[in-house]
Amino acid sequence: MAESIIKTEGLSYVYSAGTPYEHRAIDDINIDIEKGSFVGLIGHTGSGKSTLIQHLNGLIKPTAGKVYVGGEDIWENPKDIRKFRFKVGLVFQYPEHQLFEETVYKDIAFGPKNMGLSENDINRRVREAAKHTGLTEEYLEKSPFELSGGEKRRVAIAGVLAMQPEVLILDEPTAGLDPKGREFILSEIKTYHERTGATIILVSHSMEDVARFASHVLIMNHSKVAMYGETREVFKRVDELCEMGLEVPQISRVFAKLREKGIDVPESVLTVAEAKEAVLKLLEKGGEANA
Amino acid sequence: MAKKSFIEANSISFSYPSYDGVIPPLVLDGVSVSVDEREFVAVLGHNGSGKSTLAKHFNAILVPTEGNVSVSGISTAEEAKLFEIRQEVGMVFQNPDNQIVATIIEEDVAFALENLGVPPMEIRERVDDALKKVEMYDYRLHSPNQLSGGQKQRIAIAGIVAMRPKCVVLDEPTAMLDPRGRREVMKTIRQLNKELGITVIIITHYMDEAAMCDRVVVVDDGKVIMDSTPREVFGSVELIKERGLDVPQVTELCYELKKEGFDLPECVLDEDECVAALEKLLKGGENNG
Ligand SMILES: Nc1ncnc2c1ncn2[C@@H]1O[C@H](COP(=O)(O)OP(=O)(O)OP(=O)(O)O)[C@@H](O)[C@H]1O
Ligand SMILES: Nc1ncnc2c1ncn2[C@@H]1O[C@H](COP(=O)(O)OP(=O)(O)OP(=O)(O)O)[C@@H](O)[C@H]1O
Ligand SMILES: [Mg+2]
Ligand SMILES: [Mg+2]
Repeated sequence: MAESIIKTEGLSYVYSAGTPYEHRAIDDINIDIEKGSFVGLIGHTGSGKSTLIQHLNGLIKPTAGKVYVGGEDIWENPKDIRKFRFKVGLVFQYPEHQLFEETVYKDIAFGPKNMGLSENDINRRVREAAKHTGLTEEYLEKSPFELSGGEKRRVAIAGVLAMQPEVLILDEPTAGLDPKGREFILSEIKTYHERTGATIILVSHSMEDVARFASHVLIMNHSKVAMYGETREVFKRVDELCEMGLEVPQISRVFAKLREKGIDVPESVLTVAEAKEAVLKLLEKGGEANA
Repeated sequence: MAKKSFIEANSISFSYPSYDGVIPPLVLDGVSVSVDEREFVAVLGHNGSGKSTLAKHFNAILVPTEGNVSVSGISTAEEAKLFEIRQEVGMVFQNPDNQIVATIIEEDVAFALENLGVPPMEIRERVDDALKKVEMYDYRLHSPNQLSGGQKQRIAIAGIVAMRPKCVVLDEPTAMLDPRGRREVMKTIRQLNKELGITVIIITHYMDEAAMCDRVVVVDDGKVIMDSTPREVFGSVELIKERGLDVPQVTELCYELKKEGFDLPECVLDEDECVAALEKLLKGGENNG
């Protein structure tokens, strides 16, 4: 059996317990994530995605249930929780929540420094991480607060990459990136995944991106896990996803309309490449029939 | 003299102040754009190209180092007119955290209205209406820091919807929303434009959103390099991609198929056009057979 890297048992979290605003943001979550997988995490606004992932490196202490990282119960010894913060790196939804040093260099160096690495190693890691997020040398001495939205996002990602975590969790890392930047960051994440064998959890609102990069998909719906499985299997259930209020990419809606019109295009097409292939195939068939 | 546009930027340049004596780079470099009343304009550009900086010139948060910006004929450099200008042009910032001021959501949405001296009864109505529009009415008594990312973004938008300025500038208002939320917010913004006649300037990295606007302005390294209809801008697929941008999925698919030699219209922009074009292409093939 494949080795489990992250596992939760009956994990629940209640915000503002005992007040009128009490809210059960995640409810009885039982997941088991295989080491080395690339998981896309999708769910509607407020479904509990950010709350769930903040449990996986001990940023939030559960109201009930357990979190295991590499088989260890992370709250067994609360004093050891730091260890799991290095093992499981988390890039926040808002990069502003993560940037606080005077310079970009110091910000990226923060994690490695806390891990007790040597100056040399820190320096190497900072420069590598900057490169992998498309930040040129001249950014390193700038203040993170004087950057554009997309530039801040890159610094936040670089800071976590520099820790070289075994599990890399990214909360909507491409929000605010320009299209080329999205592609670049996603492919860098994929490279990191392939090169180091790290497990990736990517929170995203883009089914297209998830379809292109993830081996597994986790769907959250109203504080609960609605589906978890291999990408292809989950996306076969597109209709159910729509019923949950999740929306498929533009191209999938076009294909659904074509099917309604009686054209035999495949279901669950999510990317332009898949769409093109499907159309070409149909046209070829038509061509053969003509011949 | 030619009639002035509602918002007019005349060859403006801007650089942020430098602290260490180094000559700061020009973030805006001789930009001229004008926006008429009731227009619905998208601003596109790569990260760091200067979009947010430009947007902040439209309601006098920043003033140009060179050139000038006017709103309804008033120069944004006139400090005495700041209040007037901000009343005409409202802004939703890129990070909604920077926007939220009150500890209760409905107070936050009402904040600008109170400052404008709107009567309490009307404030009540407008706030409720705005919160319903963004589907956050049930949360009206919550605290903004109890919200998820997408929920915060909706509250910031509700604030502007309630304020009903002559013009709204939205800096990536949908970045943190799920696709359904994005569509709803775009619908709300369109309504503001089409029904209330509010001028809309929206910065976005989502090409399908830009395709819904009347006009697209592309900023690249502090310069405006394209300013035209979405059909014209997205028709230049190669140029757009070269500048680090993209085209909507449907545009790309039809462009790709056309490249393979199939007969498709020049620039397909939305779902319905794409369905029609593909239906013709695919059924045409069947009929021949
Ligand atoms: N401090 C808090 N007090 C009360 N409720 C909260 C608090 N923080 C978050 N919530 C609620 O918990 C729910 C889950 O929030 P969470 O941030 O995990 O959602 P999400 O799935 O990440 O959403 P998004 O896609 O918008 O980022 C939301 O309904 C939110 O309103
Ligand atoms: N407060 C500031 N001080 C100094 N430089 C800044 C400041 N804010 C932005 N810059 C720089 O000005 C340039 C343009 O930034 P701006 O925020 O306008 O870009 P943008 O097009 O909105 O990018 P994004 O898509 O990432 O939001 C960037 O290179 C950025 O580093
Ligand atoms: Mg979230
Ligand atoms: Mg910006």
